[in-house]
Amino acid sequence: MATAVTTAPRRGLFARPTAKTGVWGWMTTVDHKKIGILYGATAIFFFILGGLEALAIRLQLATPNGEVLTAEVYNQFFTMHGITMIFLVVMPLGVAIMNYFIPLMIGARDVAFPRLNAFSYWVFLLGGLFLYSSFFLGGAPDGGWFGYAPLSTTLPGNGMTFYSLGLQILGVASLAGAVNFIITIINMRAPGMTFMRLPVFIWMSLVTSFLLLFAMPIIAVALFQLMFDRVFEANFFNPAGGGDPLLWQHLFWLFGHPEVYIMILPAMGIVSEILPTFARKPIFGYAAIVFAGAAIGFMGWGVWAHHMFAVGLGPVATSAFALSTMFIAVPTGIKIFNWLGTLWGGDIRFKSPMLFALGFVSMFIIGGLSGVSHAIVPHDMQQTDTYYIVAHFHYVLFGGAIFGLFGGIYYWWPKMFGWMLGEGWGKVQFWLLFIGMNLTFGPMHIVGLQGQPRRTYTYPEGMGWDFWNMIETIGAFTIALSVLVFLINVFISKFKKEEAGDDPWDARTLEWMTTSPPVEHNFDEIPVVADRDDFWHKKYGGTPETAPQPVIAGGADDLAHGGDHIHLPSPSYFPLYAAVGLPVAGYGVVYFNEWSFAPIVIGVGMLITLLSLFGWVLEPGTAEE
Amino acid sequence: MTSPGRSRRVLLGAALLALALVFGGCAEDAPQDFLNHQMGPNAEKADRIWDITFLIAVVIFFVVEGLLVFALIRFRHKPGRVAEQFHGNTKLEVVLTLIPALILAGLAVPTLRTIFDIASKPEGALEVTVTGRQFWWQYEYQDFDFQTANELHIPIDTPVHLTFEAADVIHSYWIPRLTGTQDLVPGRRNELTFSADVPGRYMGQCKEFCGLSHANMRLIVFAHEPAEFQTWVSEQQKPADPASGDVAAGEKLFLEGECVNCHAIEGTDAAATTAPDLTHFASRETFAGAMFEVNEENLAEWLRDPPAMKPGAPMPDYGLTEDQIEKLVAYLMSLD
Amino acid sequence: MSAHAVAVEEHHTSTGLDNTKLAMWAFLGSECLFFGSLITTYLLYRNRVVSGPTPHEIYDIPYTSVSSFVLLMSSLTMVLALAAIQRGDHRGLRVWLLATAFLGLTFIGGQVYEFSTFVEEGLKLSTSTFGSSFFVLTGFHGAHVTVGILMLLALVGMSWAGRLDPASEGARKVELIGLYWHFVDIVWIVIFTVIYLVPTNP
Repeated sequence: MATAVTTAPRRGLFARPTAKTGVWGWMTTVDHKKIGILYGATAIFFFILGGLEALAIRLQLATPNGEVLTAEVYNQFFTMHGITMIFLVVMPLGVAIMNYFIPLMIGARDVAFPRLNAFSYWVFLLGGLFLYSSFFLGGAPDGGWFGYAPLSTTLPGNGMTFYSLGLQILGVASLAGAVNFIITIINMRAPGMTFMRLPVFIWMSLVTSFLLLFAMPIIAVALFQLMFDRVFEANFFNPAGGGDPLLWQHLFWLFGHPEVYIMILPAMGIVSEILPTFARKPIFGYAAIVFAGAAIGFMGWGVWAHHMFAVGLGPVATSAFALSTMFIAVPTGIKIFNWLGTLWGGDIRFKSPMLFALGFVSMFIIGGLSGVSHAIVPHDMQQTDTYYIVAHFHYVLFGGAIFGLFGGIYYWWPKMFGWMLGEGWGKVQFWLLFIGMNLTFGPMHIVGLQGQPRRTYTYPEGMGWDFWNMIETIGAFTIALSVLVFLINVFISKFKKEEAGDDPWDARTLEWMTTSPPVEHNFDEIPVVADRDDFWHKKYGGTPETAPQPVIAGGADDLAHGGDHIHLPSPSYFPLYAAVGLPVAGYGVVYFNEWSFAPIVIGVGMLITLLSLFGWVLEPGTAEE
Repeated sequence: MTSPGRSRRVLLGAALLALALVFGGCAEDAPQDFLNHQMGPNAEKADRIWDITFLIAVVIFFVVEGLLVFALIRFRHKPGRVAEQFHGNTKLEVVLTLIPALILAGLAVPTLRTIFDIASKPEGALEVTVTGRQFWWQYEYQDFDFQTANELHIPIDTPVHLTFEAADVIHSYWIPRLTGTQDLVPGRRNELTFSADVPGRYMGQCKEFCGLSHANMRLIVFAHEPAEFQTWVSEQQKPADPASGDVAAGEKLFLEGECVNCHAIEGTDAAATTAPDLTHFASRETFAGAMFEVNEENLAEWLRDPPAMKPGAPMPDYGLTEDQIEKLVAYLMSLD
Repeated sequence: MSAHAVAVEEHHTSTGLDNTKLAMWAFLGSECLFFGSLITTYLLYRNRVVSGPTPHEIYDIPYTSVSSFVLLMSSLTMVLALAAIQRGDHRGLRVWLLATAFLGLTFIGGQVYEFSTFVEEGLKLSTSTFGSSFFVLTGFHGAHVTVGILMLLALVGMSWAGRLDPASEGARKVELIGLYWHFVDIVWIVIFTVIYLVPTNP
């Protein structure tokens, strides 16, 4: 009790890392901005891998009886394409932007748990590499990203065991991220940043994080059951042992449908930031758009069985899920109308972020309309598992999520790096992506309605699908070209270094108040927020509609006055070390029946994580100076 | 500068849609097309709601995308334009929430009615048990006491009641021009009632990913005039003709080799049921999941190495000699 | 309330609630769905016994009631541990934490014994869906208790090393682990009721 207010400096297991630059600077960083960049770069790396898989798939299907890929490789590629794009691209790209911009947009110095944030990234990276290592260890997962039992429990090889553990590891990353973002948004807002003044992107991030928080444990249980079935001879999905294969589907889609909204809501949030900036207007119907987002979050839990209309649920359950599926379109429609309202009467500038955001809106309408058609159950029994479905969800996840995320990249790039991405190249990329995406996925509606089933590595001649499949392949390469243009744009723009300034788009939210790139502590002075779109009002002096209601800023007690005494969280080894243990234990489980020493590997992995967590707890968040 | 780009986009969209309609309309050469040429009540009922839905969707598409494009052109940046600063319009927002809700409620009525309609099971249906196996279909005609594979024969204008079982993993039975899909789930008994209006040959295939040769798990439904169907049934009910002359050597190989462990041929000692019943093999158009035409070349190639012809086929390469293959082919081709 | 009025180093938050405590609540919310899914699986599967013993043949309810009572008592000692550190009584804290960990260990020991008896009587993970869902559900609960014991022992060590000073900061950490511990206990009450007490169809 007699000790001082702060604990005396102590050494943990290792000397505290101090590097702020170089490889170790990145590996031990707990700065949300650096972690955001790591997340984004890793996601783009996986985007290229998943894209190459897609190109191989399209080459195989360009003509009937294609011979580019064998059935084995095709099944691995389409499975890994799905897993990659969902878990290693769209989700982490959203997380990258959330990581970088949640603290900046709510006026905080960092996220609530900086080391947990770093942990989340390293688990994500190692989980992704763990999954991809399966290609070199006898074959990647080949039972579809949906892993339907009992196919997934009986497929030979270790592919689906890698699937069960790889997704489990990625789930840990998502859960850690979700908890962190929820607490950050609830607890770290700048003074005056009330909930109804939060930027729409922050709201959508909050809803997404809650969806993750409650969806991840469900898939975790399903994946554990799959793992026990595959490795330890349990009977969860084994019909001979009394298991019910439909249990997997219920658990998987109870996670899987919220997952769809986990992927699309961040993009909706990004678009809701970009449109007002480039229309130079406040968002139309802020409250409605926020509540619609929350409503989608709630209703997303009540529609899962529309993925299962063909399994024999009986007409009553089928009707109930048809109704819920129809009515989830209502809040989605509200969002589209509000985006239109935001454009209406504006002063619209077509900069490249705006083009991507408009691409999102126009493509999402198509995906939304085809989505409603799945609720027409008798016809869904026809179109389910055809390319019509592939078309639908690519209009939502590519035309929607990817366009929104690219919009976010173009929009926030100058803030993150201090220089602009080239406008001309950006427009070229947009049009290539827009045309390529419609060429690829548009015809899939047609071949789907002409009866081409998905997940088939080949199709015979004479089915009437040849022409459109060739067009789809051409479209896929147009998309690839567009991604190449993006990479070229990054390199050329980096070389040109066109200075961005603090506020290149004349934008509205707090992140544009600080320097580009932001200083390590984000803001020299924590802003005091008086209105929605506070920065805009500070610039143009609009009258706040409500008087400010100051609240205390998170983690910013005496920091609001000058940057001299700012104690930022210090770098740490432990998040990385704790993450390393998980894939190690994962390999032990995969090879449990092959290596006699596998239990030791599992034990070592768990011990690494446990000891690292222990070191983490003993290490103060901020090192003494 | 972008407004011409915008209108190009609209043109492109419209062109795509027009093409879609054109190609949808001339789908005579697309045997699994279910948007046109529905040949059974289930498919027709589904198509009727689809037509309404599609029409509404097209109207909404053009209205909303039209408004979007209009707003982008009308409110594009020009020197001197000042954006109007308004935050919303409650009345408009309520109306725009109610309109889609009402449209959806309108669509819900025929949807629910059709769900219950298709689920009802009429009296006097032809009973067939379908078992899905990697990667082919096994049919058991309970009323007539015989088995066949991959090719389902039915009389027209008669309800057919299929009972589904799955031997290994989940499969899904689908005849696009006649009826929507139904999953075959191990450990469950699903069912489906459908019928065909017109005699013909209808193609379908497994729709739930079931492993390596999911793409090769096809099926054909032959719909006959009732009298023709009766003839087919009485042919199928007969045991295989006793083998004589040239083909007797093939029968001997069949019964003394590995074949008999999995296949059945009525009228012989072969009675296993894990592989297709071959009693009237040569009467079929196709074999191995309705993938290959039944002829001597295909059959010989199959016997040389089944998984080479169809990835993941459970029947292994038994290392048969060319002479054995020739005899077996001759025997199997005699089973009509 | 002014930021400068508080002497100890503590984060101030928008809601006034402590970040770590809020995070623990969020995590426990997530855990509810984890155990919810496992319990649902068990309820779905307990009557589908194709081979091996059925639940009512194998459960020894008096035995499990005793070990459940032991675990329940550990929540009481956990409360006493928190009360001790709130008084600044480190010795009391360590005694009650060790008592909690000991009760937890007793429970785990009981579970290990129960599992081995079941295996002897012919119920294994691979026996039936009942076996699979029983062992995975109770096994994951046991793993949670084990993690809790490790955290309790870590707190004891930290108290010894003076790492729980000042007492208000220490109390925050103890309360956090306490939340987790109580949650795991409550989950057991649910599991015990659902799988042992609610009768199954014979």
